[in-house]
Amino acid sequence: MAQYTENELAKDLEDQDYKFGFVTDVETETIRQGLDEGIIRLISTKKEEPEWLLKYRLTAFAAWQKMTEPEWAHVRYKKPDFQKITYFAAPKQSKKYESWDDVDPEMKETMAKLGISLEEQKKLTGVAVDFVMDSVSVATSFKSKLKELGIIFCSFSEAVQDYPELVQEHMGTIVPHTDNFYAALNAAVFTDGSFCYIPKGVRCPMELSTYFRINAEGTGQFERTLVVADEGAYVSYLEGCTAPQRDENQLHAAVVELKALKDAEIKYSTVQNWYPGDKNGVGGIFNFVTKRGLCETNAKISWTQVETGSAVTWKYPSCILKGDHSVGEFYSVAVTNNYQQADTGTKMIHLGKNTKSTIISKGISAGNSQNSYRGLVQIHKKAHKARNFSQCDSLLMTDHCGAHTFPYIECKNPSAQIEHEATTSKIGEDQLFYCKQRGISEEKAISLIVNGYCKEVLNQLPMEFAVEAQKLLAISLEGSVG
Amino acid sequence: MIEIKNLHANIEGKEILKGLTLNVKAGEVHAIMGPNGAGKSTLASILAGREEYEITAGEITFDGADLLELSTEERAREGLFLAFQYPVEIPGVSNVNFLRTALNEIREAKGQDPISAKEFMALVREKSKIVELDSKLASRSVNEGFSGGEKKRNEIFQMAMLNPKLAVLDETDSGLDIDALRIVAKGVNSLKSPKNASIVITHYQRLLDHIVPDFVHVLYDGRIVKTGGKELALELEDKGYDWIKEELQVS
Repeated sequence: MAQYTENELAKDLEDQDYKFGFVTDVETETIRQGLDEGIIRLISTKKEEPEWLLKYRLTAFAAWQKMTEPEWAHVRYKKPDFQKITYFAAPKQSKKYESWDDVDPEMKETMAKLGISLEEQKKLTGVAVDFVMDSVSVATSFKSKLKELGIIFCSFSEAVQDYPELVQEHMGTIVPHTDNFYAALNAAVFTDGSFCYIPKGVRCPMELSTYFRINAEGTGQFERTLVVADEGAYVSYLEGCTAPQRDENQLHAAVVELKALKDAEIKYSTVQNWYPGDKNGVGGIFNFVTKRGLCETNAKISWTQVETGSAVTWKYPSCILKGDHSVGEFYSVAVTNNYQQADTGTKMIHLGKNTKSTIISKGISAGNSQNSYRGLVQIHKKAHKARNFSQCDSLLMTDHCGAHTFPYIECKNPSAQIEHEATTSKIGEDQLFYCKQRGISEEKAISLIVNGYCKEVLNQLPMEFAVEAQKLLAISLEGSVG
Repeated sequence: MIEIKNLHANIEGKEILKGLTLNVKAGEVHAIMGPNGAGKSTLASILAGREEYEITAGEITFDGADLLELSTEERAREGLFLAFQYPVEIPGVSNVNFLRTALNEIREAKGQDPISAKEFMALVREKSKIVELDSKLASRSVNEGFSGGEKKRNEIFQMAMLNPKLAVLDETDSGLDIDALRIVAKGVNSLKSPKNASIVITHYQRLLDHIVPDFVHVLYDGRIVKTGGKELALELEDKGYDWIKEELQVS
């Protein structure tokens, strides 16, 4: 992590506004606004989907219509008008790219601006990338190399066409379409996303990465990610997100399902940097996401998230520890500044014996923002000797922001062991002065202190992501001490 | 090096410094002694640029520049170093990373390139020896879980790394056992050169057995009321401060 030098940081700070706020000028194909059965049929037709998937969508839509938007989260926002959203937008000419050379140059430029030059990545880092812009997946690199190992890594749409049995077998089994309001909406209208399958005993030799990007105006992004690690398999999966700077609130309602079969391990890392709105709280992405993983015997799922973007975040990456000896981990840094609101945390559902979970949550609130940790640790009757350790720390940068912790514990087995630690602190004037006395500027001092505070979480991220996350933290908190 | 003229300073409306004058030249070591509440730590804080203090009169010239016009970090980059009485802990930030950031900020201000990793580590090895600092401490978080003595040694280690023109040591001897005191003093002495200077603020004479001052000043009620050589420190140790107070009342 030391690779990221102070000079680079200084350069990034000069350009402290949301630097992914640009719009790519590609021809976009969209359908009419609004949501009804007709729209869903249209999406399904456009994607040439099998009949079972259309049925699935329609069932979900019927369920969604009977649901109401949840209000229990500690966030306030104007509810989206679901009839004013465009549910499908696709960069034209995006059919299928046989090779990297076929990709639209504008699109390549966008990726380069986002720091994900695929060409570079192909050569240097060995990260396989799937790029999803607006509703469709644009490019997946490294596919053939992965194929040799039997690994499937492709867009969700391709998976539906090429591996329908796998998709049908697993999709919706962890986050059912009835799970919650936004999961139901996603199940009805999702347009693309990523699919990944690691066969038995295979250790995926590279990081798999998906980059989500909202580009078109007035659209929502509804992607689905499904990662299945078969028995004894291992995969590390990265997800990044950005969007242009717009005055409207755009909706992002994703569903991520992870399945770790016996002895498998999935590491899922997210750096979420959706447009957070301006300094006065105008615009920004509503990020309402359902992420959940299921662990069979002796399996392990680790969620690591660095959340700096979005106007409103509502997200609880969770683990169902079904198999005995399975392990769930949740490492989170959530930063809110200006008028951002975040209600995020995790659920650890212990079903199996000797299951173990760890929760490390670091909240940082600045400006007038509200930052809440909400977590549930549930130990079921048969979860003998289940163990949980939770640590929830909050750091306040100003006097007008809020930090809240809502930990829920439900324990039905007396042999379980549950620990919960929580701290709240304000960034120390003394720490800042100490740094400054050594010649370090205030901005750099804040960045040092905050990165130190988040270290346990940042250490969980793969190298290049950790560097990215450090930069983001510094940029998100520019000029925020008061 | 530094010239303080008729300095008056308040905190929360209360006047702490009441016309302090002090002149320190390159190559000199000045000790400032005085009873509790005389304004010793206030002086250190003002030199470093703490904002809680209001300067109501007087001026400070540091190396030809108006010190009071400079921000805390600018003063540091100009070569003013404060060894803190109570060093602050910064969890999760390694000592090395902290120092490297500081060193590069100072270099950048001077228009120099950042130090290479190799040079930097060589410097760490060299300087940590001066204060007999375990190399493990260099990679631990800044002051976190350090003993009192380790924290003070770490201050001197940082001073050695940053190589300041003027070092202000604020009661660096407080809370040190005799061995730690010797190590700290050795560190300070080894950094002494004709080009730099130090102001050693202390309560007790014993530090001055190890760091021999050129001048000893008595700070009392916001002013330097007496100045002498190192023998003044011994006299103070022997007789306390009351005789100075009496002397002042007589005059």
